Amino acid sequence: MKMVTALLAGLLFGLGLSLAGMTDPAVVLGFLDVAGAWNPRLLFVMAGAVLTTAIGYRWVWRGSRPWFDDSFRVPDATRIDPRLVFGALLFGVGWGVAGYCPGPAFASLSGGYSSVFVLVASMALGWWLGARVPARSA
Amino acid sequence: MHPWISSLMGGVMIGLSAVWLMAALGRIAGISGIASGLLAGAGDREWRIAFLIGVVAAPWLLLLLRGESVIGAPVVSLPWMAAAGVLVGFGTRLGGGCTSGHGVCGVARLSRRSLLATALFVAAAMATVFVIRHLLGGLGT
Repeated sequence: MKMVTALLAGLLFGLGLSLAGMTDPAVVLGFLDVAGAWNPRLLFVMAGAVLTTAIGYRWVWRGSRPWFDDSFRVPDATRIDPRLVFGALLFGVGWGVAGYCPGPAFASLSGGYSSVFVLVASMALGWWLGARVPARSA
Repeated sequence: MHPWISSLMGGVMIGLSAVWLMAALGRIAGISGIASGLLAGAGDREWRIAFLIGVVAAPWLLLLLRGESVIGAPVVSLPWMAAAGVLVGFGTRLGGGCTSGHGVCGVARLSRRSLLATALFVAAAMATVFVIRHLLGGLGT
């Protein structure tokens, strides 16, 4: 059941990305181009996603545990550290260069563009490299 | 359908997916966290793989149902796609999340870390696009 529920969640997520326009880098870059022909679509995506999640989480957390696990695994870190700041900035630069954040990158694989496969493989390399940065430095 | 309406509906679906994953498995729907956990040798590979298969398959299912692809063509050349991928992977790993984990799930929880990360990556992405499009005149092809 865990597998089926995760698959359904992924399908819903991918359909949402597709409907939202996020599987088109031109739309994403159009939102990021505030000094050009600005395209506000991503604001609507964020508003719909954040509001739905905010309401839904509160409803879900009334229960004592998830359906198929022992506890809710929610990050409890609150510290603002250099890793968070530098990581977010580097991610933003990469997002601005090509117009792909991780979800749309995966969702775009079925489009058959070879450079999307290269981007996803490079992203995996980046995850691997990032995991090797010692916790105290950076 | 107006693109703004379809984007709002898409956003609601992303939110429903996040709520569903929390209700069923108690997990944050953060793509970078779910996928990078596979490389980190997390002991719970199955649900991560199942979720990612769903994300990859969804646009393809839409294509079968509607007969038109929702996937846009990349707008930068292969070397830039590779560089962008490394930056996105490294940055999301270091920063502990991406647009979904920080931007949607974290902001919905009003997490301080996620609010800051989201403000920073959106600002950095907008600044990058500004430099590329309006100062450099594009990256070429």
